[in-house]
Amino acid sequence: MSMGLLRLLRGNKASAPVARERLQILLAHERGLRGQPDLLGVLREEILAVVSRHVTLDPTKVIVRLERGDEVSTLEVDIEVPNDFERKKAAVA
Amino acid sequence: MAKVLVVTSGKGGVGKTTTTAALGAALAQRGEKVVVVDFDVGLRNLDLVMGAERRVVFDLINVVQGVAKLPQALIKDKRLENLWLLPASQTRDKDALTEEGVGKVIADLRSRFDWVICDSPAGIERGASMAMRFADEAVIVTNPEVSSVRDSDRIIGMLDSKTVRAEKGERVEKHILITRYDPSRAARGEMLTIDDILEILATPLLGIIPESQDVLKASNVGTPVTLSNAEGAPARAYIDAARRLCGDTVPMQVPTERKGFMDRLLRRRAA
Repeated sequence: MSMGLLRLLRGNKASAPVARERLQILLAHERGLRGQPDLLGVLREEILAVVSRHVTLDPTKVIVRLERGDEVSTLEVDIEVPNDFERKKAAVA
Repeated sequence: MAKVLVVTSGKGGVGKTTTTAALGAALAQRGEKVVVVDFDVGLRNLDLVMGAERRVVFDLINVVQGVAKLPQALIKDKRLENLWLLPASQTRDKDALTEEGVGKVIADLRSRFDWVICDSPAGIERGASMAMRFADEAVIVTNPEVSSVRDSDRIIGMLDSKTVRAEKGERVEKHILITRYDPSRAARGEMLTIDDILEILATPLLGIIPESQDVLKASNVGTPVTLSNAEGAPARAYIDAARRLCGDTVPMQVPTERKGFMDRLLRRRAA
């Protein structure tokens, strides 16, 4: 309130509080990622390994994406499976 | 007991080299035996800021690789009895810095000096990680500006995980040095305040260096700012910071320029 009044009197906007808030949000996020530098890379490798046990896959067709929202984040796993995978599996068996 | 101090920041252009030269000179003036070591391989500048650019014969890489002995590469300061410089190589690239080689050189420097001050290159690559690798203490140079504070935070994370001390479960003693600070802009809400920066980085403060024309003047002539204008605001701030490094308790303040009436009048006219 008093800050707002001061700003009005001065006729300019204080930008430092904006800088401070942006930094606090950003650094809280970045510190969370530290120590697990490549979470997505690890997830991708492990998902690929599990699915490959049952289906022959092209590793380049496995896409793992993390979308950050305010409340929840979504983990999107997009795996392209060739149509003839069941036949291949039958042949192996 | 020798101390290895890294001057680092992540971000470039915030004043690492100025700080290395100024703290080195201030500590040497107190009678401490000091060597300042340039780790910015390929882009050396500490020699230039120290005014020793024409006296470089051998460099850190030559010593790391055994081409030269340490005493051959050390350059004695012409102004201060206790101050020495170990320059970086200008022609090699930073891959020439092996951990084993750097470790040997630092161990050798520890046996000869009270303070080994490592001037880190910007960034978080090999040069920067080698500069901090063997440090006991770190000065993190930070400007009151978002990108600098963010990079300082990243560097603090590295100091806590990628140094020899951290890997042994010990701590690197970290200090924030805020440079290019303008108290009047901070008071107007146009610049992050000291409290903002310290709260965000959660690291103790070593000193506040005010924005000043003295710094450019000092580098122009190749003299550490603590020697070129010892009465100036940045010099006094660096001298206080050096005292704190030695364990003295010095009240924290932002030194201001001591301006005469005519200076103020002229400045107002000019502005």
